[in-house]
Amino acid sequence: MHEVLGTTTDGDLVINVGPQHPATHGVLHLVITLHGETIRKVDPHLGYIHRSIEKMCESLTYRQFIYVTSRMDYLSAHINNHACALCVEKGLQVEVPARAQYIRVLMDELTRIASHELWWGAMAMDLGAFTPFFHAFRERENINDIMEETCGARLTMNYMVPGGVMADIHPNFQKRVKSFIQLFRSKFDEYNEMVTGNIIFQNRMKGVGYLSAEDAISYGCTGPTARGSGVSCDVRKIMPYELYNQVQFDEILETGGDSFARYMVRLREMNESINIIEQVIDNIPEGDYQAKTKAVLKLPKGEFYTRVETARGELGVYIVSEGGTTPYRIKFRSPGFSNLSALDHMARGSKIGDLVAMMGTLDLVIPDIDR
Amino acid sequence: MMDREHMISCITEWVPGAKAEEGTEWTTLSIPGESWPELAQRLRDEADWQMDFLFCLTCIDWKTHLTMVYHLTSTRHRHILVIKADLPADDAVIHTASHLWKTAIFHEREVFEMFGVRFSKHPDLRLLILPDGWEGRNPMKKDFEDPVNMIRM
Amino acid sequence: MFSLSGITTALHDWLSGRFSEAWVMLIEMLLAGIAVISFFAILGLVLVLMERKVSAWMQIRLGPNRVGPKGMLQSFADTLKLLVKEGMTPNGADKLLFNMAPVMAMVIAMLLMAPIAFAKDFQLWDINIGVLYISAVSSLSVISILMAGWASNNKYSLLGAMRSGAQIVSYELSAGLAILTIVVLSGSLNMNDIVMAQENGWWIFKGHIPVIIAFVIFIIAVTAETNRAPFDLAEAESELTAGFHTEYSGMKFALFFLAEYVNVFIVCAIGATLFLGGWMPFHIGNWDGFNRVMDFIPSSIWFLGKTFLLIFLIMWFRWSFPRLRIDQLLNLEWKYLLPISMVNILLVAAIAILGWHF
Repeated sequence: MHEVLGTTTDGDLVINVGPQHPATHGVLHLVITLHGETIRKVDPHLGYIHRSIEKMCESLTYRQFIYVTSRMDYLSAHINNHACALCVEKGLQVEVPARAQYIRVLMDELTRIASHELWWGAMAMDLGAFTPFFHAFRERENINDIMEETCGARLTMNYMVPGGVMADIHPNFQKRVKSFIQLFRSKFDEYNEMVTGNIIFQNRMKGVGYLSAEDAISYGCTGPTARGSGVSCDVRKIMPYELYNQVQFDEILETGGDSFARYMVRLREMNESINIIEQVIDNIPEGDYQAKTKAVLKLPKGEFYTRVETARGELGVYIVSEGGTTPYRIKFRSPGFSNLSALDHMARGSKIGDLVAMMGTLDLVIPDIDR
Repeated sequence: MMDREHMISCITEWVPGAKAEEGTEWTTLSIPGESWPELAQRLRDEADWQMDFLFCLTCIDWKTHLTMVYHLTSTRHRHILVIKADLPADDAVIHTASHLWKTAIFHEREVFEMFGVRFSKHPDLRLLILPDGWEGRNPMKKDFEDPVNMIRM
Repeated sequence: MFSLSGITTALHDWLSGRFSEAWVMLIEMLLAGIAVISFFAILGLVLVLMERKVSAWMQIRLGPNRVGPKGMLQSFADTLKLLVKEGMTPNGADKLLFNMAPVMAMVIAMLLMAPIAFAKDFQLWDINIGVLYISAVSSLSVISILMAGWASNNKYSLLGAMRSGAQIVSYELSAGLAILTIVVLSGSLNMNDIVMAQENGWWIFKGHIPVIIAFVIFIIAVTAETNRAPFDLAEAESELTAGFHTEYSGMKFALFFLAEYVNVFIVCAIGATLFLGGWMPFHIGNWDGFNRVMDFIPSSIWFLGKTFLLIFLIMWFRWSFPRLRIDQLLNLEWKYLLPISMVNILLVAAIAILGWHF
């Protein structure tokens, strides 16, 4: 696909990391220029899993297109759907019933925990520690089971419809979520013992991949990547949607700007999500889980933009409507795309091993970058 | 935090051709493409604007013309501004924003290959998502046809 | 006592009665060769299975459990699979070196087996410079890795091989100095003499804190020398896909794999011999009664028990630590382990001269 790459004129080594490489967790292709072990340049080549979801959505109706977006950031599929549903609701000016809002927030936070669990295991695996992966999956499995019971699917849930959620929660839902909270609390210390406190791990993470607050903003980084540099950018706080202005939670900020800060943000975020779930789980109001909407949705002529906080950062959904049943143009501003653009800046001058640590803490999901 | 009227009056003063759009959630202004670099510089640097975060950059193909859309916000003041610039469909050129917001490096590369908009002074305007050797046709344009891979419903 | 010592002498006597001296020598060498190769194969299979079971146990899963009783034949099945796979040689590779490298890794691992005392009077070659021989031969193993990395014509392999070269050469020093502490205390380079010197207690108990420090350094250094996690930079799969053996497949890959496990066994056997008394049962000073009871356990069991304990320790490292970075790895050796070992050996020398050890 790309030109044959060898050595550059000044003796630097050019190597292709990916598109099939154990560290890239998907089909990301990085062309890196090495001087010995030191990285001179990182050049991402994207598109290996580009399905042109934006173009696809132009020929799908407002009910249909939501489910395609599950396949963007598959680890927070539910939050993607949420963003699209919110955007359509904004256009339709539908009031979402309180029960649906509660269920949506609960599912969002469960998805966020599941996503961070997977990230935690995969990142430890990037650094060469295999065992945390399995320990993380033990807890993640519980979330998947809860999802399966209520939504009928484990990864791409497709539980959202414009105006609410597709079905009511399973009778066991609350009980199982509560037992999950207990399980998670009891296992969380294990995470710190196994990985965070490890001296090798700290040496690998601290001072690696430094990203200053100004650069984080300039590169459009969002989510834990930017919050690790001390940039307050949690959409749940700055532009609250659904219930997020009614629940108590802290925006997690770390000021280190290095890989370790980003790591700590995600780890603490898991705990914060558990706090949100705890506040919400007992208060789900009775009532409808779906607002009454027309069978065929038509958005008025205009433009609608929603910003939602996914597990990886800010997801923007921009719908341009001409008044028909399908969007005229749709744009997904995916968090991974912007976060990846900072990688070259972060990686220059560090070692190959550091690149892997940085990619781990950026939490890249390739379909999210390519769309 | 600035209110809508203030924003509109400021920008129309800086850019004579700017037109505000009605009925939008966020303040939206349409400007001529030539005035974009100057306006962008001011939006980012003026103390009471400080639009330091370009959170979305995209393009819309209206068949007759293309529209660049910039969603800007300030991490300090939290106000949001949407700037649009119409470009002719056959020769779409606009000054880059990547010297002010580095996130535009990637987003403009995407718009470049998907819509064929050329960004002058962009440091590295290459294909990002499309395979090397892709020529001409821009996939996100409305007149793009691919009989093999596109499924129409 | 039931021990393996009888077997060798009986065999020797039986052969001497029938053949001339030269023939006896030849036949014995042949038998030893066959014994080493089959021991090698079995050891590889057992260790691979052990590693998979240990990792499964740490990772809350079951591990191999389908082939044979409790999955015990899994390694046989895997070996069979690797045997019938195509061994590919990439275009542009240096064919001779590429094919020679795995064999070389294997031969070096086999050579190391010679001076190890597996049980009382059960040793292939009772060489009087045993420890020196082991240090010398084990440092050759880097050549096979460099050969594999260079000959593969692959940048990942090359990077892995270069990392490995830097790593093994550095850690050789600490390992050598740690071994030297025991040589100083025992006053001999002969493996058997070292074991006999521990008749009234193992060096790790007799040698005060310096020997414990030497033991810790030894374990760290040999983990690095055998390219095991957390020092597996030469094959760091998340960075260099598979490092020096990226291009290897089929049986050639299996030889590398086997050599790694045999190397682990050998370094653990050396560690057990030097610090934990080899085949010597657990003796305490002159508590004759207690020592007599301990003698009832066969010496081969003592030896293998200690060795497998150390192997388990090394596997435990692998499944719980993240990997170091190349500069951290070299810092650890040159800035910490080497100076500590040097001071440590001075202390040990003082202890040996003044006779302070028990």
